[in-house]
Amino acid sequence: MQFNGLRVLWEGLTGHRGWKPLWRDPEPQPEYDIIVVGGGGHGLATAYYLANTFGEARVAVLEKGWLGSGNIGRNTTIIRSNYLLPGNEPFYEFSMKLWEGLEQEFNFNAMVSQRGILNLCHSDGQRDAFRRRGNAMLLAGADAELLDQDGVRAMYPFLNFDNARFPIKGGLLQRRAGTARHDGVAWGYARGADRKGVDLIQNCEVTGFRIEGGAIRGVETTRGYIGAKKVGVAVAGSTGRVMEKAGMRLPIESHVLQAFVSEGLKPCIDGVITFGAGHFYVSQSDKGGLVFGGDIDGYNSYAQRGNLPVVEDVVEGGMALMPMIGRARLLRSWGGIMDMSMDGSPIIDATHVDGLYLNAGWCYGGFKATPASGYAFAHLLATGRPHETATAFRLDRFQRGALIDEKGVGAQPNLH
Amino acid sequence: MLIPHPLLGPRDAQEFTYLGDAALLNRPDGMAQGAEAAFFDYTYLRDNPAGLHRELWFHEQGDRSWLVVTRDTVTHEIVSAELASDVKRRGGA
Ligand SMILES: Cc1cc2nc3c(=O)[nH]c(=O)nc-3n(C[C@H](O)[C@H](O)[C@H](O)COP(=O)(O)OP(=O)(O)OC[C@H]3O[C@@H](n4cnc5c(N)ncnc54)[C@H](O)[C@@H]3O)c2cc1C
Repeated sequence: MQFNGLRVLWEGLTGHRGWKPLWRDPEPQPEYDIIVVGGGGHGLATAYYLANTFGEARVAVLEKGWLGSGNIGRNTTIIRSNYLLPGNEPFYEFSMKLWEGLEQEFNFNAMVSQRGILNLCHSDGQRDAFRRRGNAMLLAGADAELLDQDGVRAMYPFLNFDNARFPIKGGLLQRRAGTARHDGVAWGYARGADRKGVDLIQNCEVTGFRIEGGAIRGVETTRGYIGAKKVGVAVAGSTGRVMEKAGMRLPIESHVLQAFVSEGLKPCIDGVITFGAGHFYVSQSDKGGLVFGGDIDGYNSYAQRGNLPVVEDVVEGGMALMPMIGRARLLRSWGGIMDMSMDGSPIIDATHVDGLYLNAGWCYGGFKATPASGYAFAHLLATGRPHETATAFRLDRFQRGALIDEKGVGAQPNLH
Repeated sequence: MLIPHPLLGPRDAQEFTYLGDAALLNRPDGMAQGAEAAFFDYTYLRDNPAGLHRELWFHEQGDRSWLVVTRDTVTHEIVSAELASDVKRRGGA
């Protein structure tokens, strides 16, 4: 079933009776060439590119709940490629380029909206750092503009420019950045993978790995044993729990990140704005709700819910930046479990087990990476070699001292 | 979360800053054989359990003592808290 405008019009006129489920609900086969563990954004994108781009025919995605029930359905939907370090920026820019062609490619409306992201700066030092970051972005083929205070004022006159403690001095703008519909991304990749013959198997939790002679043979699941020549794990916040079953201890801690949405308001914020002094970022959804968030709670957690101190902290950040939101009511808040790595950057690599591969460490920034992560992981699974934009995301980089520490805070995950 | 401070009674977790797994108390000997591997493990690798976790909290806005708190990472329930110095004196975490 191909989506197009005429089809939507026709269905609208005939009571929407012609739509069908977007993917099959297959029984697991006894064996696959490649099994992807985790039906979040990254797992589904990996399966899509494996089948679509790398021509792998016998692929399955195993998901313990329903597709998109993890962080892909919980994030604040920001996509951007405004990173600094050489190991990161080309990868995120590759992702940005994939976002730009994604909806045409998989024929699904993921509501990719390049509404721009503005990072505010509040001191001369911060402006210098942004200038450097902007130059790094330009060198990697991304777009970046440094705005002075008047430039920011022209875009967002309602900001608190003359805050005594944190005056707004300017900002780093990436116009090609923006937002995308998080569920839509998962559904689009799922449908695209299914159409290429990938089996999407839900309610199927991987409970162990069968490893013989140092090589992977298959996985134990709640729906029985399933054989595989290769297994790729992309389970985000559950990485520690799952890889433990392959005997691995990882440079990762699981932490909770909260997000918030206000009641629906008239359009007032047309891009994404981040506060450079406290941790607060905000955009407005197409339904009118202000979608915002801040820091992780800061302690190890698998609870998918946070505590009140961070709620207070985030809302204070919002009030400091844009006092106009003071009367808006908070509608909902929720949490997701982040796979916080020791340097704040991801891992896409082989493991010590032949045929077992790992995709993890996305911290709070893996949504924007979904297309490139899927592409690079599929590349690794299919060819055995890392994709050219993902060569730095090695698991042994911690041992080698080759960290990719964007924030420069060292091996303390709750500070990244 | 309320942390049952062994000297001060229940204190709001906001008064504390969090460091991580209490295994960080067991700093390897930098002069010993295999120190490089031991420090890699110490600095970067974590058990990251879902369930009971022994972890270091610093009472920064209070009496500035380090505590070892045992907390369930699935429910956030805090089971116990002891002074890190006591734990260390008993031979580590
Ligand atoms: C509140 C919040 C805000 C965020 N905001 C942003 C943002 O603005 N921009 C951005 O770039 N990123 C953001 N992120 C981060 C981003 O959402 C994640 O990094 C990314 O979604 C992780 O990859 P994923 O989609 O594959 O994860 P998930 O969707 O979590 O997928 C992992 C899947 O694995 C499954 N699984 C786990 N264990 C097993 C098992 N044993 N067997 C089978 N399946 C299993 C889970 O059920 C889950 O569906 C945010 C995250 C949160 C929580």
